[in-house]
Amino acid sequence: MTQQTPRSRLTALEAAWVIARRDFVAVLFSRAFLFFLLGPLFPVIVGGLAGSIGGEVQREAVSIEVGLAMSSDDTAAMVAAAEGLAPQLGQSLPALRPVPEAAGNPDFDARAFMEARRGNYAAIVTGTLEAPTLVGTEGQIARWQGPVSLVAGHALAAEPTAFPSVLPDPVAISAASERTTRIQTAQIAQMLLFLLTMLLAGMVLSNLVEEKGNKIIEILAAAIPMDAVFMGKLFAMLAVSFVGIAVWGLAAFGLWSAGGDAITQVTGFDPANLPAPAVGWPLFVALGIVYFAMAYLLLGALFLTIGSMATSVREVQTLSMPVTMLQLMVFFLAAYTIKQPGSALEMAAIAFPLSSPFAMLARAAMEPEVWTHAVALGWQALAVLLLVKGGSLLFRKRVMKSGGAGRDKKRRGRLTA
Amino acid sequence: MDMAVSNHETAGNLGTGWTAQPADARPLAIEARGLVKSFDGTRAVDGVDISVPEGAIYGILGPNGAGKTTTLRMLLGIIDPDEGVRRVFGHDRPHDIGRLIGYLPEERGLYPAMKCVEAIAFMGALRGLPLKEGRRRGAELLERHGLGHAADRQIRQLSKGMAQTVQLLGTLVHQPRLVVLDEPFSGLDAINQGKLELMIRALAEDGVTVIFSTHVIHHAERLCEGVAIIAGGKVPYAGSVEAARDRIPAQVRLETRAREGAWLSFLPPDTRRNGDFLHFPLPESGIEPLLKGLIEGEAGILSLSIERAGLHDAFVAIAGEAAARQLAADNEGAGA
Repeated sequence: MTQQTPRSRLTALEAAWVIARRDFVAVLFSRAFLFFLLGPLFPVIVGGLAGSIGGEVQREAVSIEVGLAMSSDDTAAMVAAAEGLAPQLGQSLPALRPVPEAAGNPDFDARAFMEARRGNYAAIVTGTLEAPTLVGTEGQIARWQGPVSLVAGHALAAEPTAFPSVLPDPVAISAASERTTRIQTAQIAQMLLFLLTMLLAGMVLSNLVEEKGNKIIEILAAAIPMDAVFMGKLFAMLAVSFVGIAVWGLAAFGLWSAGGDAITQVTGFDPANLPAPAVGWPLFVALGIVYFAMAYLLLGALFLTIGSMATSVREVQTLSMPVTMLQLMVFFLAAYTIKQPGSALEMAAIAFPLSSPFAMLARAAMEPEVWTHAVALGWQALAVLLLVKGGSLLFRKRVMKSGGAGRDKKRRGRLTA
Repeated sequence: MDMAVSNHETAGNLGTGWTAQPADARPLAIEARGLVKSFDGTRAVDGVDISVPEGAIYGILGPNGAGKTTTLRMLLGIIDPDEGVRRVFGHDRPHDIGRLIGYLPEERGLYPAMKCVEAIAFMGALRGLPLKEGRRRGAELLERHGLGHAADRQIRQLSKGMAQTVQLLGTLVHQPRLVVLDEPFSGLDAINQGKLELMIRALAEDGVTVIFSTHVIHHAERLCEGVAIIAGGKVPYAGSVEAARDRIPAQVRLETRAREGAWLSFLPPDTRRNGDFLHFPLPESGIEPLLKGLIEGEAGILSLSIERAGLHDAFVAIAGEAAARQLAADNEGAGA
């Protein structure tokens, strides 16, 4: 009897690496990858067009307001100066609005007013024309300090030779209001995660269908364990996605560097104003990458199982439709639970593997605890392994059969009875 | 020579005329006992026993849909049997010795965009051969088989026969000790079939065990030391080619001047006429009594030849007998 030699087989990792290496290179140099890269461009273009049209229509309605809490004379002078400058400077100036609550109220506290997030002001100007003070978040102060000084200078003299310096008075947002604003960060992160995973899972599915079309799958299944094939394919596509994300990231960085102000102007969205997540930006970005990988691996493993059982592209579409709908539902579930931290529904979203990465990413934006992420990641990794194992078992049980060649005794019995 | 093959229901199924031969001294490359596999309530393979000694060329014969591919897939660990055991070079899990095995599936498949040499290297890498070495060996193999000019061509640019050769070379690039080929001759023209036969012989001369399935019997007859005939998921015969041929009586071909006469009573009842010739199995009593009868009956013998049965005849008889027996068993079961 022949003894097993030390190198008579590839380890599961080596086998997965052989598959991953081939798939990575093949996908990277395929037309499909080009379309994958261009994929996000379409929503950006559509969003940009819609944004610019909407922006034109609603420019007045959405213009940024800076409140005035000064004496009535100073307030009137500031408004008049702003109106005088508007034809030349347009949107570079904020809309200056007197704060009604401050009128005739010597005890008006602009800091408390901002911290309570009352009104809809980006910042509030207090003090006098000679020594104005700007109350607001650091970001807003940095943005409006210059324009306020300009307006105050013109309010003091028709043709000013000097402009008063504006005193900053930064406010810290209250815990309650901070939570509210972090929801925005959580929602945006979830949306990004969802779009990316759907894009990628579709790619891994079409890759496997193509492989079945090429009839190479049996060669792979004969040479190495099927779970290694699945793992290799999943990680190859994950690596492809990281290349894609790097390209998109660079493109976005380039675009932002070239015309960040214009983009902010047109879309009304300034990432600088995005509230910091509870775990801090560096950890949040790191968790975002890991949760993206997990969400993709979970959905990809599911799609691989479906793809391996389907015999045609049409069958894949039919089979994958319920999974896509399920994925949409879990996304909505995770999105819905953002506003219900600690609820049974949120726990369910965290426990269910497919929605877990979405729910946990939102949690990273809202809650500062880190240990929960370690637990969730462990659970998600286990779910990936189980899905891959289950998928490969199903493949071996249900796919590798040579049609109805054998004898169906029951059927024959009926026919001859 | 002996294939050391037995079927667990051989004695019951085959009746007289065949007994399992003593075991070969060579170690077994493949040993399978009682393999059973069902798909959706359908028994594709129903208790297959196969033993193949190392270095043999072995044929799995059977009509389309007999269970050949399913049997090979179980032997290779692509699918697991519902019942029974299989061992490849003594290992229960064929994937554990993946480097020793080369497999060409019935449905040929390669990545269309891959270059030939890369495709061969990739197939070697699946079996543990480093890519660099795979490329070197791939180029060498392509050169040796007259495809050196196509080394850097994409698979999609090749003819079907060339692509099939590339895949076969990919099956061999890691120098396996066991090569399993599922219907390797299908889709090849006569010249390429001849080349493939030469390749198989060369492998066996190097000590490689080759197992191939086919429903075209003459390839097996020319190449194999032993065969297993699969019909309806069972193995009604497994043994040497010679023993299979011996199971069928020799065929007599007779040409006579007279068409009618008393001499006809000396011929067996299953005699067939084909033009001027009469065909019938050689009677158990031998040729002498027959000759005497023909001469005394004034048949006027123009020619008489006795031909040993071919593997094809044996295959048709054995597979047909197995199918008839199965049908009878099924009917009996349905009646009960």
